Amino acid sequence: MRKSGLPWKPGSLQPAPRLARRKTEKIRGKHAALCFATMAVMLGLPLWWKTTETYRAALPYSQIGHLDSMLLRLRVPVSVVFIQGSLPIVDQQKLPFTVVNERDVPLKCKMKLKCRFQLAYRMAGSHEEKAFKKDTIEEAEAALPLPKEDTLGSLNIFVIPEKSSLLPKDKMSYIGPKRTAFVRGTQVRQALTVMGQRILQVAQSMSLTDEVLAAALGDRLPEDKVSLDKRRPLKSSLGYEITFSLLNPDPKSHEVHWDIEGAVENYVQPFLSLLSVVGNFSMDSQILYYAMLGVTPRFDAASSSYTLAAYSLPHVINPVEARLGSRATSLYPVINFLLYVPERAHSPLYIQDKDGARVATNAFHSPRWGGIMVYNVDPSAYNTTKYPVKVDVDMVPVMEVFLSQMRLLFGIPPPQMPENFLLGDPPREGLRSWEVDRLVWARTVENVATVVTTLTSLAELLDKIGNIVIKDNVASEVYRAVDAIQEAVVELSAGNLELAFRYSREAVTSSEKAFFDPSLLHLLYFPDDQKFAIYIPLFLPMAVPIFLSMIKIIVENQKARKDIEKVD
Amino acid sequence: MEQVQFLGPGMDPVSENRPHPVPSGESLHWLTLGEVSHGGQQCFLVSALWAPGMKAGPPQPAGSLPLALAPLSTFSKRPLSTAVLEALSAEESSKARNLENRLEIDGFPPSPLVVKDFIVLRGLCSPALGRPGQLLNGHTNNWAVLVCTSRFWFNYRHVANTLSVYRSVKRLGIPDSHIVLMLADDMACNPRNPKPATVFSHKNMELNVYGDDVEVDYRSYEVTVENFLRVLTGRVPPSTPRSKRLLSDDRSNILIYMTGHGGNGFLKFQDSEEITNVELADAFEQMWQKRRYHEMLFIIDTCQGASMYERFYSPNVMALASSQVGEDSLSHQPDLAIGVHLMDRYTFYVLEFLEEIHPASQANMNDLFQVCPKSLCVSTPGHRTDLFQRNPQNVLITDFFGSVRKVEITTERVALKPDPSSLGYSHLKCQKDEELTEPLNYAEQLPVAQIIHQKPKQKEWHPPGGFILGLWALILMVFFKTYGIKHMKYVF
Repeated sequence: MRKSGLPWKPGSLQPAPRLARRKTEKIRGKHAALCFATMAVMLGLPLWWKTTETYRAALPYSQIGHLDSMLLRLRVPVSVVFIQGSLPIVDQQKLPFTVVNERDVPLKCKMKLKCRFQLAYRMAGSHEEKAFKKDTIEEAEAALPLPKEDTLGSLNIFVIPEKSSLLPKDKMSYIGPKRTAFVRGTQVRQALTVMGQRILQVAQSMSLTDEVLAAALGDRLPEDKVSLDKRRPLKSSLGYEITFSLLNPDPKSHEVHWDIEGAVENYVQPFLSLLSVVGNFSMDSQILYYAMLGVTPRFDAASSSYTLAAYSLPHVINPVEARLGSRATSLYPVINFLLYVPERAHSPLYIQDKDGARVATNAFHSPRWGGIMVYNVDPSAYNTTKYPVKVDVDMVPVMEVFLSQMRLLFGIPPPQMPENFLLGDPPREGLRSWEVDRLVWARTVENVATVVTTLTSLAELLDKIGNIVIKDNVASEVYRAVDAIQEAVVELSAGNLELAFRYSREAVTSSEKAFFDPSLLHLLYFPDDQKFAIYIPLFLPMAVPIFLSMIKIIVENQKARKDIEKVD
Repeated sequence: MEQVQFLGPGMDPVSENRPHPVPSGESLHWLTLGEVSHGGQQCFLVSALWAPGMKAGPPQPAGSLPLALAPLSTFSKRPLSTAVLEALSAEESSKARNLENRLEIDGFPPSPLVVKDFIVLRGLCSPALGRPGQLLNGHTNNWAVLVCTSRFWFNYRHVANTLSVYRSVKRLGIPDSHIVLMLADDMACNPRNPKPATVFSHKNMELNVYGDDVEVDYRSYEVTVENFLRVLTGRVPPSTPRSKRLLSDDRSNILIYMTGHGGNGFLKFQDSEEITNVELADAFEQMWQKRRYHEMLFIIDTCQGASMYERFYSPNVMALASSQVGEDSLSHQPDLAIGVHLMDRYTFYVLEFLEEIHPASQANMNDLFQVCPKSLCVSTPGHRTDLFQRNPQNVLITDFFGSVRKVEITTERVALKPDPSSLGYSHLKCQKDEELTEPLNYAEQLPVAQIIHQKPKQKEWHPPGGFILGLWALILMVFFKTYGIKHMKYVF
């Protein structure tokens, strides 16, 4: 490293300073190389590691792992009231006390599910006694004072004397439209055990039946409980869009009017207000002209009417659906209800079932989609020369069908009770209170199951796929979901259904938000050979001199050590 | 998912939607064909034969349930002859009668299920086994994601590929709201297109696949790897409209069709990026984990297409590709007028096959596998079914390419009491509204009348043709007149 400009004369002997200078140069070079190497290792490598790593905020993995095998205990608070004379005197003295009945529900997965009925027995108060002096069961029910605990999911069961004339002779129990039921008492020995069984049967059929759990848990149940019904209801969602459409394929002959506004106000709104716990509903209606069905009906000469056979019904919907349109903004599931007024050339039009019999409702529905009803124009209306004929749709039968379809689509099938049960008529809204409770039970369990799947599969995916980014806001959503689900489980085992449902919904919202956050898909995948192709041009020019100088330093060090040994 | 294995090839599950009524006045001939051990339980398969003019045989066993339906010709290679029947019936029919007494099953209404030349297998099992719901395809809705990853004129065929599949699925009943179409869409209005607003899939402009109602969801530069993966995994920005999302659930069958230029393990997206098979497999796994599909059919038409599905590891995925690793996929249908190839060979034959399918047809996946033999395709189409739980024989084409809905007849009715007071009021209100409303008119958006009745525009004055040329000639003539030819050197 000698510059030519240095004052150095050839021939003059200056070996010692020259050597010394060379040595210092060498040492300086060595230091420099070491310095570069340490900088590259200490600073560069961590920097590179830090900047290229996929960011993963800390997640509660262990809690998520526990969710999978958690114990879900559904507690149903039941207050059982004995009327004078419904129990032997001996047993009456034991009251009040509380009995707990727990039942395991077998599941395919690690999660455990237990249904717990907490029966609080007590004697009736004077107000309640008075109510049972009435003649009919409906009157008695109406006269009952409002129970203290009339919350979502709770039940009130009254035990009436065995000889009571309130119930028909062959009926053992009566289930009212509210959360109230009456059971016939007994005077046999060990009356309380016998009654316990009866009460439990009633309580079960009003809250947590097998169907409710099957609807909620779906594929977590063992195979033999799978049925077609399970696929019918819409999945749990925060809200639903309901669209009523009137299809008028033949506006030249029919001028159809329907008072959808009044019908919604009178029939649908009361129905949905009972369901408002479950989600938000928004409704709209439309009239579509020249909207045809996809199938040409067959002419039936015997009755001079047209028929749609059961096997052709699946092909009816699709061509119509393209015209229905959907709202661009909302992501809630859409439920469609179509009222089809057939063309004049094809009316009257009747739907046939599989056996070829005419369907009384003239309607059908499709799982998770909605329902279609055919509305035939009164043939006498055609006795005119003036077209189009004005048709006023009678909304009551239409809404009767649509509401029953809505019940099915929301997963509230018509209740099936044992024969010795008397079922009270539903109230004007078309929904019994305990049916709503059953739905809320089902939705809560479904939500819990959904959250557990979402969170565990998120954890599993993070384990499996390396390039998923978890940002802080996603992590906080996951934490929120885990907290909410734990709260929901606590509330379920405490018997507060409404609170539990609210927590479970919160958990669903948070977990879905976390799973579907756009930031999770931040990095795309690069195969290893591509990574090398990117890094080698960057790192090679820097790494080669550092490595070479390192090797040189090591070699020289070893040489120097040998020299010292030789000197010794 | 459990399955019952059937005897004989080419059998399809019986769908509720396709009952085949027996002609009146004729009856079925019931035979036991064999026993199947299933899940530790014995399951008997009973067949019913019917042929024109056949004598009445043993009656249908009570409560038996339909298991499978197959054309008789595929079941036994021989045609239905009395000899075969007699050989079977003597022993087997007595067995069938015994079975009838031994097994009693409730909950399954007997339904006649035989048509001409068809054989129906009926299983007598415990109700827990082959319930109709299990044997039927367990989906309630169908979705399709169709992706063309190429752009520019010379990739005309890829656009035509995608549009032809789009046309087929739409014809078979998947509505536009359930189709996510990703397409560069630069062919129909390409300046090189001699027939604007058309995309043809067949030579001599026979079949225009660019119809009136093509709804492209992701167009042009929106067709990116990122968008594609976001659609699949559902991780789209919150502002994304409904039509651009794949809103499938655990009961959805999804068809994914991709075409473009690919290589071993990747598919190129519009000359700028590429998707690898690992990415695709991971996306499918994420879909599966979130229960975003019930079953999936993946079809890819690209060079070395088989490499794209070899990394899949999620269940219930069936995959098809136009070519094996190391092979090129070839184009088809060169058209002299348009000047490019109109389609790729594989998709061309798939389209030919799909054109024959109608919503009720019984063609199964095995038929689709054989659509394009090597003699036609030149490349070797591949398929992968090991992840799929069902036997491809039992999977109808319409399970993926069409949307045959499950419907149920509504039998219940909620009893409503009409509310006269409020009803009358709203009725009145309605009538009032009607009286008030005046005939509605559309807002005038386009001044049609003005356009029609406007005066012809006055043309700008242009010098007559040849005027400029003449002027130049004049200038040159004047120039030469003044200086003469020999003075050209002054000019240059």
